[in-house]
Amino acid sequence: MCDHCGCSTPAPHAHGHAHDHDHSHAHDHDEERKTIALHQSLMAKNDRLAEQNRGFFKGRGILALNLVSSPGSGKTALIEATLRALKDEFRMATIVGDLATDNDARRLRAAGAPAIQITTGAVCHLDAHMVQHALEDLGDAPVDILFIENVGNLVCPSSFDLGERLRVVVTSVTEGEDKPLKYPAIFQNADAVVVNKIDLADAVGFARETALANLKAAAPRARLFEISARTGAGLDAWHAFLREHAPRRPAQPREAG
Amino acid sequence: MHEFGIAETIVQTALDAARAHGAARVDVVRVRIGDLSGVVEEALRFAFESIADGTPAGGARLEIERAPVRCYCSSCGVEFATAPLDYQCPACGAISGDVRGGREMDLVSIEVS
Repeated sequence: MCDHCGCSTPAPHAHGHAHDHDHSHAHDHDEERKTIALHQSLMAKNDRLAEQNRGFFKGRGILALNLVSSPGSGKTALIEATLRALKDEFRMATIVGDLATDNDARRLRAAGAPAIQITTGAVCHLDAHMVQHALEDLGDAPVDILFIENVGNLVCPSSFDLGERLRVVVTSVTEGEDKPLKYPAIFQNADAVVVNKIDLADAVGFARETALANLKAAAPRARLFEISARTGAGLDAWHAFLREHAPRRPAQPREAG
Repeated sequence: MHEFGIAETIVQTALDAARAHGAARVDVVRVRIGDLSGVVEEALRFAFESIADGTPAGGARLEIERAPVRCYCSSCGVEFATAPLDYQCPACGAISGDVRGGREMDLVSIEVS
């Protein structure tokens, strides 16, 4: 088929030939089709802003974590528990994304840390640009650890680098064992996977061995933590993980709480 | 779910490039989408058609090339193509945590006239 007008002549065809069919449009033979090579990432803009955020965090010595999960896995509860437990050790702040309401930000403020709410409206994930604006709101407050609580969604946030140092997937025993198999993209590059609500494991018949095997296959480089944000079970290992990655500030000794 | 945002970037970039080349319309758009990108092909096609409609890219053909997952095995020093959830080196059996391909979302080229 002719690329130019959709007629049945093989393309490319020599010009100046007789046309035995009607054209409904002007037939300008100077208007050839041409290919424009672009080779550009569709995420280029986000990735550029994410690198700026990463530079900001590095320059300020901030450990930034991007917490992702399905809705209701307990991201906010995990952060609340961490804020309460480590408040005398680190200066912490939070950025929290939700489609609507600032309920989570209120909870996090009540747990003792500055919380910047990003209300995304119809957008199902945080992007580097939204985080950049939230950082402006955070101002010059000194921060050691910044928790970025993403919108509850296991699909879209996996595509958006926010400039974080660590990506943490939170999952819970009530979600069953096969979430990692259903959402491979978000688990694959996780630095840590936190399995929450282990106090409910028996009640919901959680098959622990299967779940851990699935997690290890789907998230090969992740550290695994089995916790209950509600009871505090398993949180010590999680806190140790944060201490391992948090900036050390020997010049600023803190009093023990 | 974020296919609409991606499709918007595709259409806008294609229209800008077409205009810069003095072209009146966009006939073909070629993208490369990784198997670990989380992008659903049907959703992307639907979003692309909806957004392109009424612009010089309206009715353009969207060609989607898939990019496989590629892992690097540090013990063997080789890169291998695989699928999501299968990060095991075919030579030594070690699980690779070093995924080097499969998250692509690239606008490769467009055809304009």
